[in-house]
Amino acid sequence: MSLNVSVAADEPIVDPGAPASSDRSGFEWSRVIGPAAVLVIFVALWHYMHSDGMRRFFDKPGFLLPAPETVINDAFLNSLARSKLLTGLGWTTLVALTGLLITIVVGVSLAVMMAQAKWVERSTYPYLVALQAIPILSIVPVINSVFGGGISSRLFVCVMISIFPIVTNTLFGLTSADVGQHDLFTLRGASRRTRLFKLQLPSAMPAIFTGFRISAGLSVIGAVVGEQFFRKGSKPGIGIVMENYRQKGIYPQTYGGLILAAGLGIAMFLVFGWISKRVVGHWHESARKTT
Amino acid sequence: MTIHEYASRNDDAFTSSTKVAPMTNSAPAPALSFSGVSMVFPDGTHALGETSFDVRPGEFVTVVGPSGCGKSTLLRIASGLNKATTGTVTVDRAHLGYVFQDPTLLQWRNVQRNVELMAELEGIGKAERQSRALEAIELVGLKGFENKYPKQLSGGMKMRASLARSLVLEPKVFLFDEPFGAVDEITRERLNDEVISLFQRKGFAGLFITHSISEAVFLSTRVVVMSARPGRIIADFPVPFDYPRSPEIRFDAAFAALSGEISHALRDAHA
Ligand SMILES: Nc1ncnc2c1ncn2[C@@H]1O[C@H](COP(=O)(O)OP(=O)(O)OP(=O)(O)O)[C@@H](O)[C@H]1O
Ligand SMILES: [Mg+2]
Repeated sequence: MSLNVSVAADEPIVDPGAPASSDRSGFEWSRVIGPAAVLVIFVALWHYMHSDGMRRFFDKPGFLLPAPETVINDAFLNSLARSKLLTGLGWTTLVALTGLLITIVVGVSLAVMMAQAKWVERSTYPYLVALQAIPILSIVPVINSVFGGGISSRLFVCVMISIFPIVTNTLFGLTSADVGQHDLFTLRGASRRTRLFKLQLPSAMPAIFTGFRISAGLSVIGAVVGEQFFRKGSKPGIGIVMENYRQKGIYPQTYGGLILAAGLGIAMFLVFGWISKRVVGHWHESARKTT
Repeated sequence: MTIHEYASRNDDAFTSSTKVAPMTNSAPAPALSFSGVSMVFPDGTHALGETSFDVRPGEFVTVVGPSGCGKSTLLRIASGLNKATTGTVTVDRAHLGYVFQDPTLLQWRNVQRNVELMAELEGIGKAERQSRALEAIELVGLKGFENKYPKQLSGGMKMRASLARSLVLEPKVFLFDEPFGAVDEITRERLNDEVISLFQRKGFAGLFITHSISEAVFLSTRVVVMSARPGRIIADFPVPFDYPRSPEIRFDAAFAALSGEISHALRDAHA
């Protein structure tokens, strides 16, 4: 029974039954036209560089940068090259995804600990920053001895390269709940644990997903960089396949591999964008405005 | 009923040197009692002068006073969010409602789950808190909006949700910190009607803060005026009108006269 005669009459906002106004299902041309135009310009420029540009500007032969159609023809339409490249892509994807998973678990846990105790943050943060600046090349022997030079070494490089954005974004997210919301929890004497799971982590979700997306791309880079140095176990990733082609001077296939690796990065980014939208899109203001 | 001494609830960091106020058996015990409460913040800001007053069951007391005189501080002390520098507060914190100036809804929870929050934190079982939440949502006029998220609500609706969230704890004392400062005049009047009907129906003791004299007179059984910082009580006006109060009493001569007196007292407060 309601005491309230004029039910919410002061705010003629939405009919409760109506779908949320934010659920736009219309197709947006601007989302396609922009990227498509850039692609066309890029491919045209590429083509020009192959046919004239390399010689005119750099006095180098055009075959160093094979034409787009040659790349497609030699790398993707040739079944032998294609299967080599795709197998490589498979290994790289496996390493990148596994590496990302480890990064997420380690990174989020670390950020949670940092948010719980300032001293953890103070004592680890400088080293995380430093980690970013370390050239992998210089610590190859160490990684080799510790992780054995196979897949695990590649995973380590992956984590090393991609962990920073996850930690910083999660940490930022965990401290983003406003004071008033914290006061609510304080009023009811909520434990740290309750505060973490019911307030800090949920409010951190948009930032955490931003971190995931950035790290997803980096983890592909990490996987490719890692396989250059750690080839043990003969599971050649796309980077190695490309490297082999390059050493033999077969450039179209090299560029084919490059396109596939870039595609992998984009795919990871999009997948996390999509998951993020599914998880926080219904409540987070900007989730629907980006990606 | 558990009587908490102030700040007994949240933290050990607060080492309190004060005693629990003794219960008297004579007059009905106040639902909320401030005795010699004052507040000096660590940075030296003397926010609240020595303040003593009671809110008895069935009373609805509104505090008006210059900006920065310590009104919010007073409520924060009552709720245990802040620890007073001196004095004691006696109140049953297990049944305390507290509406902030901002709705402070959790953006990732829909209305239903937001309203359940306080009951959830209090450890009330799922079925029980769901039914309490539904009742509270209906009471504040948000029926049909249970599945909406905060970003889909207007300012007034968010405030209603925030009211409902406090209602689920079945408050015996209800603190309101300028809850309708950010809504338009007409919405504010509607929400005032609802606060009054909740007050009548639920029978809590109310302590309300506002900058609007007309809101103060319209809602309350008593209006208390505080001085400029450090705030202390400088006037106390009983409000003689019966409940339920029709919106029309705002145009009554007696209403205007009382508002005038309070306005004068406030002028003195600023001086
Ligand atoms: N955490 C704090 N540390 C230091 N000073 C504070 C703190 N919180 C409030 N104050 C100061 O204490 C005084 C009283 O603040 P309070 O918020 O209680 O005022 P108020 O009466 O609610 O004002 P308003 O009507 O503007 O809301 C102000 O001068 C404020 O700046
Ligand atoms: Mg205030």
